Amino acid sequence: MHHVIIGAGPAGVIAAETLRRSDAGARVTLLGDESERPYSRMAIPYLLAEDIAEAGTHLRHGEGHYEGHGIEVRKGRARSVNPAGNTLTLADGDTLSYDRLLVASGSHTVRPPIEGADLGRIENCWTLADARRIMAGTPRGSKVVLMGAGFIGCIILEALVARGVDLTVVELADRMLARMMDDSGGDMIKRWCEGKGVKVLTSTRVTALGEADGGIRLHLDGGAPSITADLVVCATGVAPNVDFLEGSGVEIDDGVLVDDRLRTNVDGIYAAGDVAQGPSFPTGAREVHAIQPTASEHGRIAARNMAGHDTPYRGSLSMNVLNTLGLVSSSFGVWMGLEGGDRAVASDPARFKYLRLEFDEDRIVGALAIGLTQHVGVIRGLVQTQVPLGAWKDVLLKDPHRVMDAYLDCTQASAA
Amino acid sequence: MHKSLLIDPQKCTSCLQCEMACSFEHEGAFNPAKSRIKVFEFEHGARAIPYTCTQCDEAWCMHACPVEAITLDAATGAKVVHEETCVGCKVCTIACPFGTVNYNADTGKVVKCDLCGGDPQCAEACPTGAITYVDASWTGYERMRSWAERLDAGA
Repeated sequence: MHHVIIGAGPAGVIAAETLRRSDAGARVTLLGDESERPYSRMAIPYLLAEDIAEAGTHLRHGEGHYEGHGIEVRKGRARSVNPAGNTLTLADGDTLSYDRLLVASGSHTVRPPIEGADLGRIENCWTLADARRIMAGTPRGSKVVLMGAGFIGCIILEALVARGVDLTVVELADRMLARMMDDSGGDMIKRWCEGKGVKVLTSTRVTALGEADGGIRLHLDGGAPSITADLVVCATGVAPNVDFLEGSGVEIDDGVLVDDRLRTNVDGIYAAGDVAQGPSFPTGAREVHAIQPTASEHGRIAARNMAGHDTPYRGSLSMNVLNTLGLVSSSFGVWMGLEGGDRAVASDPARFKYLRLEFDEDRIVGALAIGLTQHVGVIRGLVQTQVPLGAWKDVLLKDPHRVMDAYLDCTQASAA
Repeated sequence: MHKSLLIDPQKCTSCLQCEMACSFEHEGAFNPAKSRIKVFEFEHGARAIPYTCTQCDEAWCMHACPVEAITLDAATGAKVVHEETCVGCKVCTIACPFGTVNYNADTGKVVKCDLCGGDPQCAEACPTGAITYVDASWTGYERMRSWAERLDAGA
């Protein structure tokens, strides 16, 4: 049995390790297309901030970890998949045959379709190679424009501030974190960032990028004056890596569609992580959740099934946690709420505290939090288990901050 | 068989000795706010529940960590945070459905119960036997297990 894994990110690495444990006699090949030891993109901001060295981004630290586990790590990029012959063609022309194939190819950055978007001194912040260029191009005091204030943009924002650059953020949407925060939360985070000396332009479209005095000039819409930068960091979105699946018959929607065993529609081919569109909480709809916990769960469960241990996946939960210059925010599930569901809100803008819980009857289906760092995980527990909160719901409608009490009383207080 | 913390809320008088002992062991100061075990009071103190990590088999925190900063202590079964490796991304704090991994803004790292290497000071300090360190096959453990099973992502 030969398991081939396309992609050496968290989903791929965890799948490889799980396969090694679950299918001891099998051959496991892990294919990655970057010239690095498998690493975590999530750790890149901490590298930019110079909190860690490059080795601190590695997914596994032990010398010889992969060899020691009998995992063949191979550099290569998948070009096409031929399910009829159980083969995979690589960009260098080599062919690999597989018995089971895991597509864990992740996602790639997408730049807006505007003039000048491919000029030099405009960098993505996605790979270690990107991070090295950004570090080289952002000495203390340099002028940097960050395009995009979504989740990824906001993580990079903190790292750029730590580098001591003069930072301006330009965001097309009407608030920061448009997909992770509501108006109140997004405004609170914007006000916090401005208070820390970051210029934040929301509802602002960059119409074109051009060269200017060794740097970049950004032309803005609505008659706003253009701005210049020594370096532009582009965090305007990512999209799943699925090009190589063209012609394979693997069904693709927003990502590679998988069932509750992480199987695609094609026999022997599975998908996991950022590239996969699988079952989700609490609605059951198939969604792409490009987050670390989903990659980890997908990788593990896909591998169990590939190894022949039938293991259902109950679904991923969209959730994020973010530190914006010291202000910690998090979001869970259907934070925008369900039609007809109740909502509990506690907002203290002066102290940058916010908590919003969304209910379906007496169960929590989503939440937003700002300034909450203790026991925040119970919100995941409550959304994922759909524990009925009974009388606690009314308590929470008055004071959502009692969510930990509600959780404990509903799950732990029964006889010891 | 690993041992685990068995918590009997009915014996808890909310004296907070466990929080004091935990914070002293880990932070070198008697500071309940820094404790990894937390006593939650209900009905104005009439009822209390000591609460901390159960070192669950699922190990959501450990699997979610992007930089292998949480590992299994094979001797105790504890999932242990390595501060020197933790980058402070906080993904474990939202991944843990029990809410027992917390972010410490002072250090920029996360903290959780590590069973004090096999000699949990909270159990040592508890004067009423509300917190004991016993074979994991005890009944209290089953309650934690049943909750863990509801959360189980699959494997």
